[in-house]
Amino acid sequence: MLTLEKRPQPSKAWVYAAPILAVVITMIVGGAVFALLGKPPLEAIRTIFYDPIFGEFASYSRPQLLIKAGPLILIAIGLSFGFRAGIWNIGAEGQYIIGALAAAGTGLAFYPMEARWLIFPLMIIAGLAGGMLWAAIPAFLRIRFKTNEILVSLMLVYVAEAIQASMALSLLRNPDGHGFPGSRNLSQYSSSANLELISNSGIHWGVLAAVTAVVFAYFILARHRFGFDVRLAGQSPRAAGFAGVDAGRMIFICMLISGGLAGAAGMFEIAGPAGRVSIDFNVGYGFTAIIVAFLGRLHPVGILIAGLLMALTYIGGELAQLSLGLPDAAIQLFQGMLLFFLLAVDVMTSYRIRFGKTE
Amino acid sequence: MTDTLLELRGLTKAYPGVVANSDVSFTIGMGEVHALMGENGAGKSTLVKTIYGLVRPDTGSMMLNGAVYEPSEPRAARASGVAMVFQHFSLFDALNVAENIALGMENPPAMGDLAARIREVSDQYGLPLDPDRIVGDLSAGERQRVEIIRCLLQDPKLLIMDEPTSVLTPQEVEILFKTLNILRAEGTSILYISHKLEEIRTLCEHATILRHGKVVGNCDPRQTSARDMAEMMVGASLHVPEKAPHEAGEVVLSIRGLSAPAPHQFGTALKNISVDVREGEVLGIGGVAGNGQDELVAALSGEMKTAAGMVVIDGREIGRLGPNERRAAGLCAAPEERNGHAAAPDMSLTENALMTGAVRKNLVKNGLLDWPAAKAFAEEVIKAFDVRTPGPANAARSLSGGNLQKFVIGREIMQKPRVLVINQPTWGVDAAAAASIRQAILDLAVSGTAVVCISQDLDELREISDRFAALNEGKLTPPRRAKGLTIDEIGLMLGGAHDMEVAHVDA
Repeated sequence: MLTLEKRPQPSKAWVYAAPILAVVITMIVGGAVFALLGKPPLEAIRTIFYDPIFGEFASYSRPQLLIKAGPLILIAIGLSFGFRAGIWNIGAEGQYIIGALAAAGTGLAFYPMEARWLIFPLMIIAGLAGGMLWAAIPAFLRIRFKTNEILVSLMLVYVAEAIQASMALSLLRNPDGHGFPGSRNLSQYSSSANLELISNSGIHWGVLAAVTAVVFAYFILARHRFGFDVRLAGQSPRAAGFAGVDAGRMIFICMLISGGLAGAAGMFEIAGPAGRVSIDFNVGYGFTAIIVAFLGRLHPVGILIAGLLMALTYIGGELAQLSLGLPDAAIQLFQGMLLFFLLAVDVMTSYRIRFGKTE
Repeated sequence: MTDTLLELRGLTKAYPGVVANSDVSFTIGMGEVHALMGENGAGKSTLVKTIYGLVRPDTGSMMLNGAVYEPSEPRAARASGVAMVFQHFSLFDALNVAENIALGMENPPAMGDLAARIREVSDQYGLPLDPDRIVGDLSAGERQRVEIIRCLLQDPKLLIMDEPTSVLTPQEVEILFKTLNILRAEGTSILYISHKLEEIRTLCEHATILRHGKVVGNCDPRQTSARDMAEMMVGASLHVPEKAPHEAGEVVLSIRGLSAPAPHQFGTALKNISVDVREGEVLGIGGVAGNGQDELVAALSGEMKTAAGMVVIDGREIGRLGPNERRAAGLCAAPEERNGHAAAPDMSLTENALMTGAVRKNLVKNGLLDWPAAKAFAEEVIKAFDVRTPGPANAARSLSGGNLQKFVIGREIMQKPRVLVINQPTWGVDAAAAASIRQAILDLAVSGTAVVCISQDLDELREISDRFAALNEGKLTPPRRAKGLTIDEIGLMLGGAHDMEVAHVDA
């Protein structure tokens, strides 16, 4: 008989070992799934994890790594505050969309004026504000009416998607676009373009913002009273109340941080890699960032690594689709497994397995 | 001697790192009220769980009525005639009494029949209880009656009672004892777990004393002095806290017409509480759990805000301020629940020290945490209060209940507050540690702090209070000088027995 026994202290070793073990198990089970699909498992794993960085066409895929990891890390850092405090913002995807729309609208309002020093910063502010506004809705409803922020934030993703489609078809549609849906290309408008800062590196302003967010989050969590309050609120809400943490204020701040960073990520994406508002320019960064946040143990450095890893599976997945004909769903399954196994292995941090009869 | 009902032979149970029971043997006679005594951690719970089929012993055996008794689960124990009333009730607040009792039965009869049975049993044993009442509205004493009647419906041969009087008023205790005496007269054996010596002396005819998992003594409590029994339990002579003589000074804390609605459905509303506490004075507040203690602590600590003028410190109205602003004003508090309220279980002791010490010990500067200072503060508390732990980096939950309590109380006392509010300072703490906590509270008072001590342990309150008041259904009685108050007077202040018709009991 197997029994789980609570450890007196969470195991330090397992905190670090769990994500690595989860990746290994995912590779094994993922390989088995690929084999069942009739694809060579080892080659598939190599295509996903190795080829994007060191393979034949790595010079094309390597910059993509940072382009994809940037928004994932930025959003996941924002989410990690709320997740640590026990506030479950599942709607980062919607906040990302609204942030992108707000930024695109701001940029396009000035078109074709040339004033990068003014327009680009304004767009960043608009992106932050748009994301915050969208996140403020579930926060307000939770505090005022005790609604469940998981449901509200998630449902607002679909509202945001509808707004996005309508924007692409009406208000933000390119007047010179011959009636096709979609806005002007912001990455071709020099006042708004979020271009690569170093040629062929993938580093754009959003990547810099993500790295800054990692450093900042690390500092806040380790040294600032707010970081302490966040952790306390997540671990023992009553103890947090006793320590003077206002629960409503904590919800609001955490939702605004995660919404703002998701909105900023949307801005950097719409002004750069995505370029223009289309009916469906969002690719699920907001949802994948949830996996990144947990895979990274809600720790800033962990999130940095997890973001890069997740970006790798995206790019490697695309490669595998092209070269091996793996279906897109298999790649998504693969990413989902990563979170699933992490949560399963995670039990080992707080519990140990004992063999023998139960009490 | 009566015939033997249950015999324990050499029971041993070890957990990783600790031997809970080591070679425990004793017998319980038929119709005997047998006391099982010992400090926290002495192994009482493990032993009764073994008898009740919740824990299987590593070695040793039990004989019930001359036959081998090896219950694999509580259901088997109940089938053999062993019933248990736990210290913490397992009742559903939203259901009525009969529904709660039906939930614990294997084959519950129709509701109407069950209600009739409940009335019959409650009459027979002098435990009045209306089967149709909602459990959430019952007092702690009445809830206990639900549990007892649930057991009695099974017609047990052995009834195990775990600390049954900790939630009762003195009058309710008296009625419980009458019930237990009726049961004894009918031939039911009772295993009575307690550390309240006077109770054991009035009720039990035999006592087994456990220390560190071993039987260290047997006695007839009626012939043994309380002090001798206490020393057997502790294994050393006891230090009785003393308060240096001093005069009460200026009024520090004024509670003026404090009223507050119940914070949740089964909470208690506070009703117009007014009292002053002076420098150097200990105000003891007694009362049965659930009469507004938690709410009063929350209203004083700042977790629950009230109108500004309802709580006043040194002439300053603080009713609207949050916990940290009140700490800055000089008020520190220690709530009853250690894990998850007074302390965060998964955080280190350093982090827990920071939790409430940040303001008064200046552990946060410009929003930045001063970890070395927080660690030093945690070490200071650990040293001053003899907290047994490898060091401040250990998680709070790795500490035993008593040690964590010492840490939590110590953390507040070391901040040298103007006003200290504590709820159940020695709950679940062994006698020696309890004495040192009480001594620290008294020393703090002598240094000029106004102390409000809420407790259900009346002996404790009589020991440390200058004045005594009782909390009953959210109302506070006018405080009286503690010296010279008798237990009967205190009982009347506590509101007597809730809904008790003593005339019922003619035993």
